[in-house]
Amino acid sequence: MDLKLRVVSVLLGILVVTLGMVMVGETRVEVEFWHAMGGALGEITAGVVEKFNNSQNEYYVKATHKGSYIETMSAAIAAYRAGEAPHIVQVYEVGTGTMIAAGEAIYPVHELMVDTGVPFDPQVYIAPVKGYYSFADGRMASMPFNSSTAVLWYNKDIFRRLGFDPTQPPKTWPELRDVARKIASSGAAKIGFSCTWLSWTQFEQFAAIHDLPFATKTNGFEGMDAELLLDHPLFLRHVQTLIDMKKEGSFTYGGRDSAPGPLFLSQEAALLMESSALLPRAVREAQFDWGITYMPYYDDFIAEPKNSIIGGASLWVMKRPDATPEHYKAVAEFFRFLSQPENDADWHMATGYVPVTVKGYEVAQARGHYQKNPGADIPILQLMRPGSTPNTRGLRLGNLPSIRVAIYEEVEKALEGAQGAEETIKNIVERGNAILREFEAMYQ
Amino acid sequence: MTKVSAVFPNKVLPYLLVTPQLTLTIIFFIWPSLQALYQSFTASDPFGVKTRFVGLKNFRDIFTDPYYWHSVRLSFVFALQVSLFVMAVALLLAFMAKNPLRGATVYKVFLLWPYALAPVTTAILWVFMFQPSIGIVATVLRYMGLTWNHTLHGGQALLLLILASVWKQIGYNFVFFLAALHSVPKSFLEAAAVDGASSSQIFTRILFPLASPTTFFLLVMNVIFSFFDTFGIIDTLTKGGPAKATETMCYRLFVDGFKSFLINRSAAQSAVLMLFVMILTALQFRFLQHRVHYE
Amino acid sequence: MIGMQRKWVAHLFLILGVVVTAFPLYLAFIASTHDAATIGRGRMPLLPGHYGVDNYEQAWSVGSGERVNGTPVRITMWNSFLMALAIVVGKVVVSALTAYAVVYFRFPLRDFFFWLIFITLMLPLEVRIIPTYKVVSDLRLINTFTGLTLPLMVSATGTLLFRQVFLTIPRELLEAAKVDGAGPLRCLWSVVLPVSTPGMAALSVILFLYGWNQYLWPLLITTDRKLDTVAIGLARMLGNAEGLMDWNVVMAATILTSTIPTGVVIFMHRWLVQGLIEVSK
Repeated sequence: MDLKLRVVSVLLGILVVTLGMVMVGETRVEVEFWHAMGGALGEITAGVVEKFNNSQNEYYVKATHKGSYIETMSAAIAAYRAGEAPHIVQVYEVGTGTMIAAGEAIYPVHELMVDTGVPFDPQVYIAPVKGYYSFADGRMASMPFNSSTAVLWYNKDIFRRLGFDPTQPPKTWPELRDVARKIASSGAAKIGFSCTWLSWTQFEQFAAIHDLPFATKTNGFEGMDAELLLDHPLFLRHVQTLIDMKKEGSFTYGGRDSAPGPLFLSQEAALLMESSALLPRAVREAQFDWGITYMPYYDDFIAEPKNSIIGGASLWVMKRPDATPEHYKAVAEFFRFLSQPENDADWHMATGYVPVTVKGYEVAQARGHYQKNPGADIPILQLMRPGSTPNTRGLRLGNLPSIRVAIYEEVEKALEGAQGAEETIKNIVERGNAILREFEAMYQ
Repeated sequence: MTKVSAVFPNKVLPYLLVTPQLTLTIIFFIWPSLQALYQSFTASDPFGVKTRFVGLKNFRDIFTDPYYWHSVRLSFVFALQVSLFVMAVALLLAFMAKNPLRGATVYKVFLLWPYALAPVTTAILWVFMFQPSIGIVATVLRYMGLTWNHTLHGGQALLLLILASVWKQIGYNFVFFLAALHSVPKSFLEAAAVDGASSSQIFTRILFPLASPTTFFLLVMNVIFSFFDTFGIIDTLTKGGPAKATETMCYRLFVDGFKSFLINRSAAQSAVLMLFVMILTALQFRFLQHRVHYE
Repeated sequence: MIGMQRKWVAHLFLILGVVVTAFPLYLAFIASTHDAATIGRGRMPLLPGHYGVDNYEQAWSVGSGERVNGTPVRITMWNSFLMALAIVVGKVVVSALTAYAVVYFRFPLRDFFFWLIFITLMLPLEVRIIPTYKVVSDLRLINTFTGLTLPLMVSATGTLLFRQVFLTIPRELLEAAKVDGAGPLRCLWSVVLPVSTPGMAALSVILFLYGWNQYLWPLLITTDRKLDTVAIGLARMLGNAEGLMDWNVVMAATILTSTIPTGVVIFMHRWLVQGLIEVSK
């Protein structure tokens, strides 16, 4: 009995192993892809990867959700140190400086494409996307993936209730302040204006739109010894505006990162500056008529605002000791797949991120996406504004996440009334520069 | 070390017996601790591609950073506030429960309940009550004309953290105080009662001094709890914010090491904390020895 | 000796204490029986609603909702249970063996070993977290159950407790067993351990809670959702703690995952209290 059992179990075991080999084994080259797309976005990402896997039978991309952006990056760095880095990792835009500085740990995309012989033309990407992820000389370092930009979201129902024209949202900061004040004082909404990702929307995007440098060395693209230039009078003026708006009740700070998003969706806030990627959530959750418009600007400072910069993340190729050229070929093929206009348009239409290629945008246009979703092209039009300058390319600063934290903390103090605008700016610059020097020192 | 004569003469066996624990200790404790010390004297990039010796630079960096001193001050203030608050409440409750009462076990179980829950659970329960837009306490406060938003106001965030920590630790302190009060000889109390001492006099003159070894022990335990075991609560409740208002030494170490990738600076902070824990433990050990002597 | 009046005062204070400790949990239970919209409106009811079954079902088998993204509670609870169990068994075995060696044998380096182990008591995982992480990653134990539990078995608490317990065992018991021809291991198994059962039980209860509630270590060591523990699963669900979140599901998960520690407190509070006090000696 005992013996019989053993024989049967051994046979069963062999059967299972063989079946398993037939089912997944084949001879496909498998690469690891770690990403930070959770929830609905995670499902869409999984769908894209599956489509690639089904589109051919040589390569297999294994996608794994590793948590938030910072968790994903942490995990990838730790894995690299242990010699087990994923072949592809999704890193948010502010991690770009850290990744580029990683030197031998990463495999720049332009090199990868040349080495693997996969056709690749950087010119297909829209300028602010390409710019953000390229070296100073224009060679691409990472693969654009999910890109968004900041826009102004507004509640058309509330506009109508107050007799404002819902097709004429505020264009400039003075207009925005005026509208927000009226909304808040009339009680039409609890909050007139709020914003997510304060550093990104009120400093990084703000600098680009007003054609102001965020830091020296072309925003850090030209060298690690960059210093923050946030002490320009316009930043001071803007911080003062935010403080004043907070005091008069037209602006409410709703917390860090994406935390204030729900304030808009629940109609607590009538105006919200937030990523264009709020779109799928707005479609699903907002039970009111909303609109998207361009970021406001100070019209007495700049007559024609410049293009905004991107947010989101890109895909980085990492070195690992056991990776073969075949693995990298798989990565390159996956990247080529992602950049195909059809796939790019699919991604854009499903997620609310902007298309990263010009052709992708045209495909979405041809499919009538912007007729069906008025305003969905605002982010792209804002990104593709002509006349871009070195100030509108993006940021290449080491440890930018920590600089963002410093900005949050100092502005939070100012909004609480603990310090004035001047002191806020002074502290931001001091702390930011200390962070930059610290980063620079790591690579000496 | 206790003087006990050997029972077994074996020469090899004892080594085998201690091997498992010793191996684990060396691999997961001694070695990493030495590594931390080593890392605190070097500088390397996040990916560990290049590493070089920098002497005391990391320590100089943290000690000249006003925000580090802020976290040090905060850690001590927070630990002291939590300790005093929780001990006062627990001692009061233990004093109430010291005489045989009906339902004493039920009280004990209820008070111990939060202690058994995960720090994260504690944080969730408290954030739910204080969530600025939907929390029941936040709502009540709003009706009373007080704006509650701990995501914005540092003082409120710290208060919330203290309340949640105290809530979690009351049971633990209660158990020890109760045991200490029970160990006070009945005859003392009866003598005092015969002398006409009031209950507050009994409390301050007899019970409290006799319970003081326990008080000291609990102080140390509460400080250790506030320093280290509150990590889960902080990470779920405030993430150290707003504006570093709740960034304790331990949380800062984590942020520097795992979010800013300043691994060496984080290691230097580890070294500082190690020193602190060693001092605490030495103090406690000395004290416990004293207690053994007097008993 | 104590008058009615004073008893009444004592009850009052204790009931007040109980209300304060139980209220957050009561509120969580209430929230777990309503729908997300009711809670989201900011008028928290104080009596149970009708959505309890749905919420618990969702928390148990899905763990995610429209505005919450977590891991099913059945997975996190199972992981935490295994983890806690492994830590209990590992620690008890390892510490008992060490304590046995330290108490009943004389051998060179005995004091040195004891002190080496004793210092582990001093350093919480938090202060040596990064290098410990490095060691685990060098051993290729990231995202494994072994990596999750093994480092948590290092602690002097258990060893000290067993040493305390063993020292109180009368020597005559062992001498008698030796006369009957029992070797050291036999003595451990049939004389020392049976006598130490109460201490062992108390220690196990403490260690179980310790393992069940772990947060920082699993947070770092696991990124694979299949290994999410209770604390990690809850933290994931909580996310940004927005007003609009599916609090009903989060609270159902909170209540579900609290049942085990709650059970421990109710049914084993004697061991728990004894354990806390013994460990502190």
